[in-house]
Amino acid sequence: MSEEVMTQDVKVIIFQLKDEEYGVEVEQVRSIERVLHITRVPSTPDFVEGVINLRGVVTPIIDLRKRFDIEGIDHSEATRVIIVTVGEMDVGLVVDSANDVIDIPKDAIEPPPEVVGGLEAAYIRGVAKLEKRLLILLNLDKVLNPDELEDIQEMERDA
Amino acid sequence: MERNQYLEMFIDESTEHLQAMNTNLLDLEKNPQDLKIVNEIFRSAHTLKGMAATMGYDDLASLTHQMENVLDGIRNENIETTTKLMDVVFESVDDLEYMVNDIADGGEGKKDVTEVVAKLEQIENGEETTNEPSGSLSPLNDSEAAEVSYDDFEHTVIRQSHEQGFTPMQIRISLREDVILKAARVFMVFEVLEQVGEVIKSLPAVDKLEEEDFDLSFDVTLVTKTGAEEVKSRVMKVSEIEDVQITEINVTDIDNEETANTQGDSPEIQPAEVKEEAENQLQVKQPEKDEKVSQASNKTIRVNIDRLDSLMNLFEELVIDRGRLEQISKDMKSAELTETVEHMSRISGDLQNIILNMRMVPVEQVFNRFPRMVRGLAKDLNKKIRLEIIGAETELDRTVIDEIGDPLVHLLRNSIDHGIEMPAERKQAGKNDEGHITLKAYHSGNHVFIEVADDGSGVNREGVLRKAIKSGIVTEENSHSMTDRQVYELLFSSGLSTTDVISDVSGRGVGLDVVKNKIESLGGNVAVTSKPGQGTTFSIQLPLTLSIISVMLVEVQKEIYAIPLSSIIETAIIKKDDIMSAHNQKVIDFRGSVVPLIDLTHFFEVPVTKDEDDYYSIVIVRKGEKMAALVVNSFIGQQEIVLKSLGNYLNSVFAISGATILGNGQVALIVDCNALIK
Repeated sequence: MSEEVMTQDVKVIIFQLKDEEYGVEVEQVRSIERVLHITRVPSTPDFVEGVINLRGVVTPIIDLRKRFDIEGIDHSEATRVIIVTVGEMDVGLVVDSANDVIDIPKDAIEPPPEVVGGLEAAYIRGVAKLEKRLLILLNLDKVLNPDELEDIQEMERDA
Repeated sequence: MERNQYLEMFIDESTEHLQAMNTNLLDLEKNPQDLKIVNEIFRSAHTLKGMAATMGYDDLASLTHQMENVLDGIRNENIETTTKLMDVVFESVDDLEYMVNDIADGGEGKKDVTEVVAKLEQIENGEETTNEPSGSLSPLNDSEAAEVSYDDFEHTVIRQSHEQGFTPMQIRISLREDVILKAARVFMVFEVLEQVGEVIKSLPAVDKLEEEDFDLSFDVTLVTKTGAEEVKSRVMKVSEIEDVQITEINVTDIDNEETANTQGDSPEIQPAEVKEEAENQLQVKQPEKDEKVSQASNKTIRVNIDRLDSLMNLFEELVIDRGRLEQISKDMKSAELTETVEHMSRISGDLQNIILNMRMVPVEQVFNRFPRMVRGLAKDLNKKIRLEIIGAETELDRTVIDEIGDPLVHLLRNSIDHGIEMPAERKQAGKNDEGHITLKAYHSGNHVFIEVADDGSGVNREGVLRKAIKSGIVTEENSHSMTDRQVYELLFSSGLSTTDVISDVSGRGVGLDVVKNKIESLGGNVAVTSKPGQGTTFSIQLPLTLSIISVMLVEVQKEIYAIPLSSIIETAIIKKDDIMSAHNQKVIDFRGSVVPLIDLTHFFEVPVTKDEDDYYSIVIVRKGEKMAALVVNSFIGQQEIVLKSLGNYLNSVFAISGATILGNGQVALIVDCNALIK
């Protein structure tokens, strides 16, 4: 019986942005890093912090706060970069802190509500209620869609 | 047997052997008398046969076997190399290629080879019966019987020994089919023969026998005072011998033959040498029998390129740590530590070079397949074409090599099909009726250039324009003011590339947009120059991706950027007063020409942290004829860096062509000067 439940569980890494908790599936996460020196890349959207040297691979870094239009804060001791793999891409996400891995039963995940705190519903895969905690599960494919990145770049260039 | 384990090796080696065969066959076509080349081809075919048989690819094995017979005929001068023969052999190689490709694609390597095999058999038999030399020595009519012929020296030996009362005899020794150690039997046979007389020749040659490079029988020529029967019974005492046929050599016949025989190419054999070599081989070869295949190939191993990539990345980590150690040793002022770190730096420098060079392969790998292709196409089109290859040793990154083949095929086809005229036409134009295509590769700066040049009719400007107007790429008015260069550029536009558009115009342009796209996706570019009536040159410029490039590191405020040295003309420091303004654009006078200034701080929106100076550091860069001056804060210096991509997420950042990792582990961006200059 327990096995049955296990397969139904989703293992997620929990991170904080402002005062909310978000989750990404552990399969999509390659590593969690402290903030290294970030090299700014000109003429990229605001939320692209730049690139870092991740063990010899130049990896782009996205500030998730800026990506979701949440007010930015300075990096602190707790700030982490979550390196995620989506398709062929490795991208680092800057988050306020990341310190938890939990199993969420599949049936605790609900589809995204129509409006969630200003964050576009398309970026959300679902919301999980765990006793008192509310977790927002991200749809990384959407968050990191490079086409969208290009659109934004073009819009900025035209502006 | 675990077939898969060897499959990759089999495919790689087969491909190599096929390539070698192709190249050698082309050589042979030019020098039909050169038996050395035939031997080379024979060796390739033989190895291929062996490998195919071991792996269980029967069609492959039977075709190579039949080829071997024909080649054997050629090298023993029973078969003449005619164009028809070459065609059939080429055809067989094509079939072999097809089968190997099929195996590579996961197939079984099956193909109906009966037709080609029949053709080969026809050649083998037909030519053999008609061309049998008059001075045939022996009644050995076994289909695999190799004709033994003698050169002058051997004749003399035979004649003299005959005069001294020795009997020269030719002995054919056949081994049993289940023979286990062929070379060992050969050795034992030779030992027996040495006891009764002297072996003056063997066929195949001794080194071949040692390598077990023969089927089941071989021939030796012996001069002896012992009778034939006696010799035979002695040899038969060696185990695993199936049969011994002895023919006494008629010395007068040989003398007759002498005049006819000019090309006795087989190396003569000194008896002592035979023995010695056979001995060595017994000691060394036996335990190594299984390693024969790897010995035969070059001393190389194949490595997955991904592994090289991760090796390189790991190595860079090491370099960064080295940088930190250097810093620590400086701070600690410990002589011992400093020394050690310095030594480590030197070694890691060498190591870096080695790793980078591992990814570099000569462009020859791609070029190799073209002579064959050109031959075929020229034949199909009834044109006479000579392909000249220059700079095949030029090295390129493996990733580029893998991609560059198809575009080159396109360009070569184009030159052959549409560039080079028919022989009659060429003669009429006062040219050599044989067209000339040059394929040339060379390094220049951090680029490799590959050129495909033909001496054909050139691009028909009017024709191209007419079609371009028709397909709406340019307007009638525009067309008049276009430079030749612009017109040639049209060849690469996709609208022009449908076959029916082009073939009736100038013939140029078939699929050239594909070529352009491919080259550009590799970060290169392609240009075309042409002179009516004199020919066309396509020039491809390619970067050496992931190899070291030389850059000038500059500081822009607090950020570090790398500017490729290949784009830099020079650096300078100018006074603020020297800057002029022309139509809202800051310019300077650089050696008599007006060069626009690009302030990188502005351009890259770098956060300003430094006060403005009275002096500007500028880097003069160029794109073709055009120049620009980049304003930076200071020069750090020239350095060799490893090119890295920004990754898939940031795949097209304006004016940034890539990134590199500096000694301190930080990423620096590489400025794309081509994008900066419009």
